[in-house]
Amino acid sequence: MKKVFEPRIVAFLCNWCAYSGADLAGVSRLKYPPNVVPIRVMCSGRVDPQFVLEAFREGADGVFIGGCHTPSDCHYVNGNFKTYKRKIVMDRMLEQIGINPRRLRLEWVSASEGKKFAEVMDEFIAEVRKLGPVPRMKEGER
Amino acid sequence: MARVGVFVCHCGFNIAGTVDVEKVAETLGKDKDVVFSTTYKYMCSGPGQTLVQEAIKEHRLDKVIIAACSPGMHEATFRSAAEDVGLNPYDVEIANIREQCSWVHDDMEKGTEKAIKIARSMVRKVVGNQPLEPVKVGVTPKVLVIGGGIAGIQAALDVADAGYEVILVEKETSIGGHMAQLSETFPTLDCSQCILTPKMVAVSRNPKIKLMTYSEVIDISGYVGNFKVKIKEKPRYVDPEKCNLCTDCEDVCPVVVPNEFDMGLSIRKAIYLPFPQAVPSTYTLDMEKCLGLDPIRCGKCIEVCDVEAIDYDVHPKIIEEEVGAIIVATGYDLYPKNMLGEYGYGEDEDIINGLEFERMLSASGPTKGEVRRPSDGKVPKRVVFIQCAGSRDPDNHLPYCSKICCMYTAKHAMLYKHHVEDGEAYIFYIDIRAAGKGYEEFIHRAMEEERIVYLRGKPSKVFRKGEKLVVWGVDTLLGEKIEIEADLVVLAMAMVPGKGTGEIIDVLNCAADENEFLKEVHPKLRPVESSTPGFFLAGAAQAPKDIPDTVAQASAAASKALSVIGQEYLEHEPAVAQVDEDLCSGCEVCISVCPYGAISPVGGHAEVNAVMCEGCGSCAAACPSGAMTLKNGTQEQIFDMIRSILQEG
Repeated sequence: MKKVFEPRIVAFLCNWCAYSGADLAGVSRLKYPPNVVPIRVMCSGRVDPQFVLEAFREGADGVFIGGCHTPSDCHYVNGNFKTYKRKIVMDRMLEQIGINPRRLRLEWVSASEGKKFAEVMDEFIAEVRKLGPVPRMKEGER
Repeated sequence: MARVGVFVCHCGFNIAGTVDVEKVAETLGKDKDVVFSTTYKYMCSGPGQTLVQEAIKEHRLDKVIIAACSPGMHEATFRSAAEDVGLNPYDVEIANIREQCSWVHDDMEKGTEKAIKIARSMVRKVVGNQPLEPVKVGVTPKVLVIGGGIAGIQAALDVADAGYEVILVEKETSIGGHMAQLSETFPTLDCSQCILTPKMVAVSRNPKIKLMTYSEVIDISGYVGNFKVKIKEKPRYVDPEKCNLCTDCEDVCPVVVPNEFDMGLSIRKAIYLPFPQAVPSTYTLDMEKCLGLDPIRCGKCIEVCDVEAIDYDVHPKIIEEEVGAIIVATGYDLYPKNMLGEYGYGEDEDIINGLEFERMLSASGPTKGEVRRPSDGKVPKRVVFIQCAGSRDPDNHLPYCSKICCMYTAKHAMLYKHHVEDGEAYIFYIDIRAAGKGYEEFIHRAMEEERIVYLRGKPSKVFRKGEKLVVWGVDTLLGEKIEIEADLVVLAMAMVPGKGTGEIIDVLNCAADENEFLKEVHPKLRPVESSTPGFFLAGAAQAPKDIPDTVAQASAAASKALSVIGQEYLEHEPAVAQVDEDLCSGCEVCISVCPYGAISPVGGHAEVNAVMCEGCGSCAAACPSGAMTLKNGTQEQIFDMIRSILQEG
């Protein structure tokens, strides 16, 4: 039997919305695959594009960023918009270095959207699984 | 070398059911920075906390990881427990292996693997943490209230009654707001003026309240506890101290303009008193409408003023004040007239809005309390009231419910029937929302005792046919088309944020929701606080609401403001942005992304005001030279976390 590919995904979750939404998914005992490991940041606007690149460099097959809904859910006024704009640039950057931008997912998940969080996790993990392992650089190229 | 202790909680079976907690503790125990690891059934319990405290002492731990539930649950618990035995609270971090691991996974092996990764990443983070102390700042014990409607009045009185100073700023010439325009109030039908004007007078007499009417807040800087505000006082050209309200100036003034207070249903002069009970009780010269400063062209008012209260040579004044907290109570306006073309609003004089009808019903209004058609002054024998005019219509107008219209329309119809005994009142409604003390009973009274005809359905069109207005609609209960010929149509126009609300959002740079109402931090648990610390919200500027809710919220905002200014000093979360001055190139990108104006250029590099910074980290993500970072959430810490999560095994 062929071994199923288990993608490794890092998720940056903003403290106020996405992280709370992820907590609610837990409180509601919703299930999703354990491929995602969360890192709590105060705001999705904290996610430096270098974090995303570092994750891919270290072998992540996917990176997830969760923030507060636009236009006005952001706890810090407009951090979500900054993330939205950065995502556009990051997508182009990833494409240039040969990483499919679909491996980087940005979603708005509110603190009350536990169900959405679990669904998005299901869906993103499935998508990255389909995309296969991230193309690795050969040893010495790093 | 750090000395980290890792404490893995079973949480009964909540964690231990899906995560092999012993294995987590054992694996983490092998980490280079971890000197002690253990598990316990309920770490948050008294014995659990004691276990953590004893281990800190026994193993000389300088960092602690609690692998348990979400930090939202017990971060504070464990930080204070550790602080009790001499650790800095910021050297304690929580690894969330319950809500985001054991509860969402079934597979023991994979769940354990993930729990290890989460705990390990938190070890990396805590190792990079620096001990922090809350930033302490002094407080200016004074409150600024923006908006002098019932919300602002109530808030100002409450703060003043607690013994603190208040500055109440109102952009119009008198305080009172929309409530001063109302005739009678639901559900008790007591006269609005009678309950409001004593409060207005109380404001003017209270020595703790500095009342600034005809004034606007134009600039604000600083942070919670210590704001600096600039207030522009527009010239009245009339000295309130000298003016004795004799009306001579008004009598000779040749300029006639629509009276805003009467919603344009009457006229006023260029020099005017907005309404008899105005506070402050003085005339104002509307310089935009005045014929001019040139005494050759007019100057009649100055000639007749015996007390020499009028002076044309006055200029706007900018006044600077310092306050500790700000209450925003800038109120509402009605949805603009020209937006409701389907109801012919704004084109036909006999189609009016709720506030116009209020003025008509008011004993001191343009018709002295008689209901008259604006077009010909006749008493309307049949009036159609249309609820939800602009509200609850996401496709064409506004998506939200304006909340007060069901009640005031019932009141309007009732008062109309009291004024015109043989009159017929029809109300079109979508559904009746009467959730308030005595509200349901009030609606029943309208329907049953006052014999007002309620028709469920939203009219599609209102148009003129000779003397009459025709209202086309459908009664959705009977499924029949309805056509009513009416003498007057009153639209319960949607409430929108007041013009001043939009302006103040720009000045204060505070959060607004998708409909441009002021946004609260949390709709349920923090409903009167803005996300900017030190700003509090009251009244219809936050969402449509009636007078009881507005007064309650104003008192709540006052009490919240008092809890800020009543303190000797404030403590501020210290995990804020930090600049490495040597790396900073002074490009100011961070300044452009900071939503709080917390960063300023000082001596060629950025400087963070630790009190204004809320610690979002936008600046750190934007800094091109890596000079800006977040305390206890630095680039290096997050890189370490990423690596530890992706490390094999």
